[in-house]
Amino acid sequence: MGELLQLFLTFAKVGVMTFGGGMAMLPILQREVVENRGWATDEELTDYFAIGQCTPGIIAVNTATFIGQKQKGVLGGVVATLGMVFPSLVIITALAGLITNFSHLEWVQHAFAGIRVCVCVLIFNAVVKLWKSAVHDVWGGVIFAAVLALTLFTPLSPIVFVLLAALAGILIQTLGGGRT
Amino acid sequence: MIYLQLFFEFLKTGLFAVGGGLATLPFLNDMADRTGWFTRAQLADMLAVSESTPGPIGVNMATYVGFTTAGIPGAVIATLGLITPSVVIILIVAAFLRAFRNNKYVNSAFYGLRPASTAMVAAAGIGVVLLTLVRTEQPFGLEFFNWPAIALAAVVLVLTRWVKPTRELHPIVFILASAVVGVVLRF
Repeated sequence: MGELLQLFLTFAKVGVMTFGGGMAMLPILQREVVENRGWATDEELTDYFAIGQCTPGIIAVNTATFIGQKQKGVLGGVVATLGMVFPSLVIITALAGLITNFSHLEWVQHAFAGIRVCVCVLIFNAVVKLWKSAVHDVWGGVIFAAVLALTLFTPLSPIVFVLLAALAGILIQTLGGGRT
Repeated sequence: MIYLQLFFEFLKTGLFAVGGGLATLPFLNDMADRTGWFTRAQLADMLAVSESTPGPIGVNMATYVGFTTAGIPGAVIATLGLITPSVVIILIVAAFLRAFRNNKYVNSAFYGLRPASTAMVAAAGIGVVLLTLVRTEQPFGLEFFNWPAIALAAVVLVLTRWVKPTRELHPIVFILASAVVGVVLRF
């Protein structure tokens, strides 16, 4: 019971602190789940994000289910996910009842312009941490550069990159290259 | 039975929208056209609100659409519908990964996946930078850069990486402080 409650509360906290969607959640997850709770490593987070890119549904939910499942089995996965969505339910239903055009308020737009600047830096910091756990040799650097360029300059789906990167990993290591 | 319909509509969305929150948008547009529960114009407003409230955008959208359609029970049911496929699929994938954790090929696949995953996060970060720190509509020159935003980013970067006491602070502190700066300086 104790750990289930912790899972619910921790992911509810992550949900409340996620401003500006998907990737903005990463620095919060690193702080709450990796550093404070020790429920996952940076390496596992990159795994969950990669799997989340090519499985259906929202990446935040996928990550919560993964970590909850790892800690407390199926029930843990469900409870962590419910924790993640709980703040959205409360905040949106409260706001939707009160103001319909909340986001058109001028000060809200200024606040979010400020938040987006901060999110740029936090994502940069998160990427530096992920890089340390994900890229161990020159092949890793090559895969990173190739996927970054393809994501920025082609309209291809992330599913393609995930499949190609997995295949590249298998080929490189089978042919004796790369460090584990 | 509106609740059952809502649940199945969002179950479908959760099952077929691959690649994160914004991927649900085409499904919601289609839902607006077919069911008449809400209009596309309402949907645009809901997206703006979902982007400016805490929480994952896809979940916020489901809650909002469900609430608009059928009140608080609708909000809960739409959200549960959206997350059910993810939860089931991830539980299966997690069990599979556990079974094959020591498989050589699975490990090699992750050796390739991790840099790719990091690159996709970096690409998303570059997307936010282009929205925020530069004015892409301006020709390259002094006007191209959004100097107040760059100054704020530089301060946050220094405080989160190199200044010892502030480096340990929770990221939410910097997010809230930046919101205040945004309001005060009218970003």
